[in-house]
Amino acid sequence: MSSDATSRPLPAAPRPATPMLRQILEQPTLRRAFRGAPLPVRLALVVVALGFLAVNVAIGALVVSGRLDGHWYDFRDLGNATGGLAAWLDDRGLGPWLSYWVTALIGGLGILSFVGGVLLIGTWVERRLLAKFQIRRGPNRVGPFGLLQPLADALKLIQKEVLVPLGADRRLFFLPPILVFIPAMLGWGPVPWAPRMAYLDINVGLVYVVAISSLAVLAIFIAGWSSNNHYALLGAMRTVAMMVSYEIPVSISLLSVVLFTGSLQLSEIVAWQATHNTWLAMILPFALFTFFFSSTAEINRTPNDIAEAESEIVAGFHTEYSGMKAGLFLAVELGNALLVGALVATFFLGGYTLFGLEEWVPPYLILAGKISAVYFVFVWLRGTLPRFRLDQLMGYAWKFLIPLSIAFVGISAVEASIFARADLPGLVVLGAFGVVNAVLTVVLVRFWARIAGYEAPQGDLAQPRLTTTVGGLRAAQRLRITR
Amino acid sequence: MPPGSTQLSGHRVAERLNGALPGVVVDATDEWVEVEPSRLVEALRWLHDSPEFDAAQLSNCCGVDRYDHFVMVYHLQSLDLNHQIAVKATVADHENPALPSAYPVYKGALLQEREVYDLMGIRFDGHPDLRRIFLWEGFPGHPLRKDFLGLGNLSPGLARFPFEDREHPDRLMNPTGIRRDAAARTASEQDVPDDWRGVAPA
Amino acid sequence: MTFASEPYVLNIGPQHPSTHGVFRLRVAMDGETIVDMDMIVGYLHRSMEKLAEERTYTQNIPFTDRADYLAAMSGNLGLCIAAERLTGVEVPERAQYLRVIFAELQRIASHAMANGTLVSDAGAWQTPLLYMFREREKILDLFEMTCGARLTTNYMRIGGVAFEPPPEFWPALSELVDELPDRIDEYSELLTDNEIFLVRTRGVGVISAEDAINGSLTGPALRGSGVPWDLRKAEPYDVYDRFDFEVPVGRGGDVYDRFSVRFEETKQSTRIIKQAMEQIPEGPHKTQIPLALRPEPGEVYGRVESPRGELGFYLVSDGSPAPYRFHIRAPSLINLSLLKQLAVGSTLADAVVTLGSIDIVVGEIDR
Repeated sequence: MSSDATSRPLPAAPRPATPMLRQILEQPTLRRAFRGAPLPVRLALVVVALGFLAVNVAIGALVVSGRLDGHWYDFRDLGNATGGLAAWLDDRGLGPWLSYWVTALIGGLGILSFVGGVLLIGTWVERRLLAKFQIRRGPNRVGPFGLLQPLADALKLIQKEVLVPLGADRRLFFLPPILVFIPAMLGWGPVPWAPRMAYLDINVGLVYVVAISSLAVLAIFIAGWSSNNHYALLGAMRTVAMMVSYEIPVSISLLSVVLFTGSLQLSEIVAWQATHNTWLAMILPFALFTFFFSSTAEINRTPNDIAEAESEIVAGFHTEYSGMKAGLFLAVELGNALLVGALVATFFLGGYTLFGLEEWVPPYLILAGKISAVYFVFVWLRGTLPRFRLDQLMGYAWKFLIPLSIAFVGISAVEASIFARADLPGLVVLGAFGVVNAVLTVVLVRFWARIAGYEAPQGDLAQPRLTTTVGGLRAAQRLRITR
Repeated sequence: MPPGSTQLSGHRVAERLNGALPGVVVDATDEWVEVEPSRLVEALRWLHDSPEFDAAQLSNCCGVDRYDHFVMVYHLQSLDLNHQIAVKATVADHENPALPSAYPVYKGALLQEREVYDLMGIRFDGHPDLRRIFLWEGFPGHPLRKDFLGLGNLSPGLARFPFEDREHPDRLMNPTGIRRDAAARTASEQDVPDDWRGVAPA
Repeated sequence: MTFASEPYVLNIGPQHPSTHGVFRLRVAMDGETIVDMDMIVGYLHRSMEKLAEERTYTQNIPFTDRADYLAAMSGNLGLCIAAERLTGVEVPERAQYLRVIFAELQRIASHAMANGTLVSDAGAWQTPLLYMFREREKILDLFEMTCGARLTTNYMRIGGVAFEPPPEFWPALSELVDELPDRIDEYSELLTDNEIFLVRTRGVGVISAEDAINGSLTGPALRGSGVPWDLRKAEPYDVYDRFDFEVPVGRGGDVYDRFSVRFEETKQSTRIIKQAMEQIPEGPHKTQIPLALRPEPGEVYGRVESPRGELGFYLVSDGSPAPYRFHIRAPSLINLSLLKQLAVGSTLADAVVTLGSIDIVVGEIDR
């Protein structure tokens, strides 16, 4: 026998040695199912795929020919349909109130059904995405690819008993799950989905959004207080402290947007970006960052989810909620993430426009795509980053984000006035501003970090020393001296 | 028993300890040194401070019930000199045992002494937080005592292993090799040479 | 101007996401700051030390699986080392190498778990934990193919190991050992340069070297404080003196140091396994011992470096087949000696991370 265990003749392909591994390998996959299917089924699938392609080509031809433009059946802009309906009702002489209410109801139902549907699919997306980040499989049992999992979860949650803790304030305790839903729905009002497709296209849309988003804090504080639980109370206090701090950078960062576009109306902001063929994100990178980061704090997403930090205070303000009431909180959390996605897309990423592509595909699909992209970033962050501590987060808002945001408002004010007076072509000026602002962001951030006395922690400097001799205190001191 | 490779001889420790604190050592063997229980903290502190022994860390402490008395065993170690010292102290009173706490010298005694108090019932005077640790306050008795649950004249322990063969006390424990011929051996056992029969302790 | 405020009591545990088992902390808090702390354990107390007094030494090995259930191999090894010194049983050389390989694999698995849960405590939503579970799974698969169990292995025996690993074990092991350093670097990239993780862990839960030694801390908690103490070097058991490896030592004694020391230790363990695979000789994998070992009356304190620190077994024999006294020096319990000192005055979030960095296993605390 040789003394080297590894030089023994090895089996060529070791079979998976444990039952669990074998079980995993034997799990059905889509490709294997397709290959294993009988010929007619495979043919039918191919025909369906080809038909899908053909329909798309036909739609493209319709768009190119211009037969759709402005008609009520122009699917690129559902605002045409409601507008047509309102005009038709007006023609019948039934009074303006009827046409107003009918179109408003259609719009409201549209938003509700959209958000409701997306909430159902969104939990599935989030769980599957997180599973991909975490080398797991995610829900894949209920329905095809586990798509019906959120439905099953909702059914389970509805069946569960709603527990009210001893000593809780019953009346207040039942309010918050409903209360938090209201701002999450109202916030969608002014978001424009297409040129004439906004439910509530008021001229102070931006102020409205900021005001609505701060309503949720009330419901959360009621939830934390009425639960009669220390975890819930701690979570509620953290939430209130954080919301109060982070509303300021949110508002200030949106000021720069207003300065450039000259309007508080969301559809105007999108239109400005479309006419100048640019995204505000390119001109105002710091405002985008501030808005995005502060929004994560406001809606309790990682890395700022200290209000419901599960490793510290279990579930924060909704610790004591069970059944569908907890489910409502979770749904609102997800809906808020989507709402922030819509706002980021509208303010900074060109809204429903995509450099002319909105002429070809329905613009609401473009906006949905942008929302999905921002939502993906949220999930990505959640799958990657640890969480800040409360005092670090507060310090970050007050010492860092707010002063720098104010500085950038000043800078964008100067730039906006230059832009209004300059005779140069818009794209050149805006491009120059983009470059200048990007450089300024880096410089100012570093400068302010130095002033605030912040030093980036150096991970590589903290790597452990290696030694081969052992010892106690004296050896420790020797080690400290020698390196 | 063979002492551990880094264990100091109890005689040597006893000699030096007695030289510094006369009368503190009660007994000593190759493995351990026994000290006067009332002067335990004094002895531990001297061992902790002396540059020769430098017993910087209380590695382990536990009690042993000897039916009529308790023995507390402290395993001290020096990290710099890389040696180990076993110190013992006898608690003569089995009904109401008490010993000075090592906590003033070693902070690491905090939880270990609470454990001994809980399971063995030895009180440690001077311990800052002497409460039961695993069992709840009011648990009847101290389970690690040999007379726990009032076994009377029955003593705990295992006088004879049930499957032990009285006629052949040296019968080997071998679940794989014995009673199987070479053909029935599994693949991993094929490597064992046939003439190999293992070594039984003397 | 100060406001008068009244501390309130928060019960963390016994069921709480970050207490790693049924461990309970009662903390008195003033706002977010902890002003007093009391730790309550014993929910998992199974009176192992009492039960062990009526079982033979070999029958006691399964207890060590259940004490530190994340490092069962190290527990087995500790008891076997102590019992072998008590009885004078010789261990064949191949068995010693097998023991080293399995103990080091167990160390990697345990450290992966410890670091993963620490990062989870710091708020990363399970991603690092599951990344580290990937290699832990492979190691547990190796355990399963060798001894049929994944957690409670019950693999080591007095005088050797229970089974020879099957033939498919060796290629799987060499494959794992080859890819492990890359995987560890992958985790490091995810965490070492992560600024949020750094600000959460640097300078948090600092234990000075003096306190660590005086408080009986061992293992990564002691090494994180800068004390180069490792029983594998200081008192080499089995064949550890034949391997070339280094002891990682932290710089400041904070949470990050304990975390990075564990990371570095997994790398060193990989080195040891590689060398052991090259050096392992052929031969028997265990000594045959009598059905009931009857050691001479006497006592022994045997100890090994478990992933959590010095795991000691104090055995007293009275000549019967069962130990007269069977005491486990549990590093998880003793490493908590300084917890109150660390937690009082810090915020709740820091205390949770500090507790995670000490890496407790409640089965071992309560025994």
